Amino acid sequence: MAIDLNAKVPSGPLAQKWDTHRFEMKLVNPANKRKYKVLVVGSGLAGASAAASLAELGYQVNCYCFQDSPRRAHSIAAQGGINAAKNYQNDGDSIWRLFYDTIKGGDFRAREANVYRLAQISVNIIDQCVAQGVPFAREYGGTLSNRSFGGAQVSRTFYARGQTGQQLLLGAYQALEKEIAKGTVRMFPRTEMLDLVVVDGRARGIVVRDLVTGAIDTHLADAVLLATGGYGNVFYLSTNAKGSNATAIWRAHKRGAAFANPCYTQIHPTCIPQSGEYQSKLTLMSESLRNDGRVWVPKAKGDTRAPDQIPDAERDYYLERKYPSYGNLSPRDIASRAAKEVCDEGRGVGPGGLGVYLDFRDAIQRVGKDKVEERYGNLFEMYQRITDEDPYRVPMRIYPAVHYTMGGLWVDYNLMSTIPGLFVLGEANFSDHGANRLGASALMQGLADGYFVIPYTLGDYLARSAGMAPVKADVPEVKATEAEVRAHNDRLLGIKGKRTVSSIHRELGKVMWDKCGMAREKSGLESALGSIPALREEFWRNVTVPGSGVELNQSLEHAGRTADFLELGELMCRDALHREESCGGHFRVEHQEAGEAKRDDARFCYVGAWEYTGAGKAPALVKEPLAFENVHLATRSYK
Amino acid sequence: MGGTGSGKPMNLTLHVWRQAGPGAAGAMRTYAATDVSPDMSFLEMLDVVNEGLVARGEPPIAFDHDCREGICGSCGMMINGQAHGPWKATTTCQLHMRAFSDGDEIVVEPWRAAPFPVIKDLVVDRAAFDRIIQAGGYVSVNTGNAVDGNAVPVPKTDADAAMDAAACIGCGACVAACPNGSASLFTAAKITHLGHLPQGQPERHRRALRMVTQMDLEHFGGCSLFGECQQACPKEISIDAISRMNRDFVVASVMQAEERQVAGAG
Repeated sequence: MAIDLNAKVPSGPLAQKWDTHRFEMKLVNPANKRKYKVLVVGSGLAGASAAASLAELGYQVNCYCFQDSPRRAHSIAAQGGINAAKNYQNDGDSIWRLFYDTIKGGDFRAREANVYRLAQISVNIIDQCVAQGVPFAREYGGTLSNRSFGGAQVSRTFYARGQTGQQLLLGAYQALEKEIAKGTVRMFPRTEMLDLVVVDGRARGIVVRDLVTGAIDTHLADAVLLATGGYGNVFYLSTNAKGSNATAIWRAHKRGAAFANPCYTQIHPTCIPQSGEYQSKLTLMSESLRNDGRVWVPKAKGDTRAPDQIPDAERDYYLERKYPSYGNLSPRDIASRAAKEVCDEGRGVGPGGLGVYLDFRDAIQRVGKDKVEERYGNLFEMYQRITDEDPYRVPMRIYPAVHYTMGGLWVDYNLMSTIPGLFVLGEANFSDHGANRLGASALMQGLADGYFVIPYTLGDYLARSAGMAPVKADVPEVKATEAEVRAHNDRLLGIKGKRTVSSIHRELGKVMWDKCGMAREKSGLESALGSIPALREEFWRNVTVPGSGVELNQSLEHAGRTADFLELGELMCRDALHREESCGGHFRVEHQEAGEAKRDDARFCYVGAWEYTGAGKAPALVKEPLAFENVHLATRSYK
Repeated sequence: MGGTGSGKPMNLTLHVWRQAGPGAAGAMRTYAATDVSPDMSFLEMLDVVNEGLVARGEPPIAFDHDCREGICGSCGMMINGQAHGPWKATTTCQLHMRAFSDGDEIVVEPWRAAPFPVIKDLVVDRAAFDRIIQAGGYVSVNTGNAVDGNAVPVPKTDADAAMDAAACIGCGACVAACPNGSASLFTAAKITHLGHLPQGQPERHRRALRMVTQMDLEHFGGCSLFGECQQACPKEISIDAISRMNRDFVVASVMQAEERQVAGAG
């Protein structure tokens, strides 16, 4: 039984689709909204904004996060900014241009109608955040400041120093706390979703574990929203927070939600290189640094001179050389691959030759140290704390690292997955970034989904489902799902083998990075499809999880998440193997032309969504063809 | 950034607070941390110790952590009696082991404050902070109500001052460092952030009144301007915020008293 991937894109001209749809959608009577209960899993930009906005409308909302407070969701770590087509700079920006840049940046693998809506809504997001008291950077005249970001030739990125994600999240968090105070949202911190309850084909609840007491419970509702972020931690080392995980979306996938484009992962070019085997995560240095920093490596292989001893003539500013019109602001996938290339040639710098310089010498000469400090001071401090080197004097060393996952659960134009009543928001869905996300667009998408899309589309779903019978806690589906969660945890605790969860997770990460990272090849992917199941088998035979299930047990939490990564990693490799083209963050070594990615629109201009068919069975690929009616499918060029 | 800077691995002795659960009695336990690279973060050092404990079948040391970039505010512990350890303006996750020398003994304890009860080992319950925000740490503007972002100019100095205070990560170091266990710096940071912006004006006094009242209800101590909070704050939030909070609170109290009189006279 193949899943039906009907994207439900409204008819009519692109620019009118969302307006038309908003009128055509059904509404829930204000007095009836309080009769509906909605569960929001995750409290980052998408989850917190959705939970607050839905509560304001009158729905009964429960919100869940695994952290001790909703304010700590990983959106908080976004540094650089948020895009919006305000055109405050009078530099040629427009909704159409933001739409086009995003479609092109995504290497023509996203749905036109979704991306256009995102660009339209972007302007409302800035207004909403300003009204909440988000302290965006300002000019002396009191107007909002903008900066440039990769993949764009206009200045449309709004920012709050190097802490834009933090400030936007605190805005959404405060809106959420305002509703919690009113009693319209019930918050469940330190609570992890471990399964989805599906009754009569609809999402009707979730099974959760209280991370403090270990109690497992089922919460029932009329709709479930997953806003649980991306799955970059399948690589073990990534810029994601340690707790970021795929468990909610993966278990929903196993209950019937199609998983789209799992192989589309973003490797961010400007991260601090790994320093040792004990490394627990990688730290991003904001892409905004590329506004003023120049990326280079020595021209000669194995040049071990200190950077200030290498004269300009012997430096290769390779991004400026290869991509003169975008230069250091080339999109992330291109900049990352170029860094890998020069390191593979033996021209990398720092320990192991896995690094390139990001040099502020010229910027300091041009605008002065004070100005550079004002722009990036906190990032420079962070760099120095981690590396013990002063980037005002010595160029930063950077290397690409896993940062974001464009793939995720498949959703239609209404953000609904292939399970009716299950909506997916933010990084957890696949919807807007195609095969590569532009900088400062993740914050935009998370808030667009939460503040301005789901309040409309959820209402439409509920209004059309009027008369849906309430679910009782004793129906077989509810009892069975909860029993499966308990059995899964008991099994993890009962293995009592020899290997720690971390050691297996780390090993999985290495396979993923080597075989399904920046460059992918048929032979490597096939070997990963052999080694990952073997590692998974070892995990279930030989892992050790200390402690019990009825207490705070961080090892058990990590074990459950790793078990899911061990399944998801295999699907990512399978997807990467099937997509015999290079597009965006997905680079297949076999498919290139003069060193640049070679897309194959004739064969692969579609969304690849995978359907779970049961344990040990091959998943089924279902395709959603992508129709480009408004933009010309061009070869991406940033030269 | 201090420390040895030698790059050589170190052997350290840790004295760590272990407590099995919220009601359980806790005790200090001693662990050896061997072969510690100065380039490790403090939490990576604990990770390595924990891997050893798990391999020996012992329960690992529980501690809160998430982003490990110094921004989520999850991590936090007393390290040799200092909140977040010896480096200024640095969270525990960003503290690196080059701050220590070979042979050092390091005492690691959870935040100690009555409103932050210990859940397990180094993990404490900071829900009181969320309840202080619930009392008024927001602008009451529903989604969809906003005017254009540039409709109300905000002087750059105000925006910068608001951002300085808004940088608070809610980690709780200020409370842990304060001899009175006061949450004044945390509460004042939010009052100052919103109070510097035009969008925060309509609720400015109500906010101060309610947030300060909630802080008291949570049994945080009063502020005696000791200043240790400012020293411990990983985001270097200035204690000036507290005088601003006090001023807003006094004005709000007077206004409330006047309103009552007017209402009573009517």
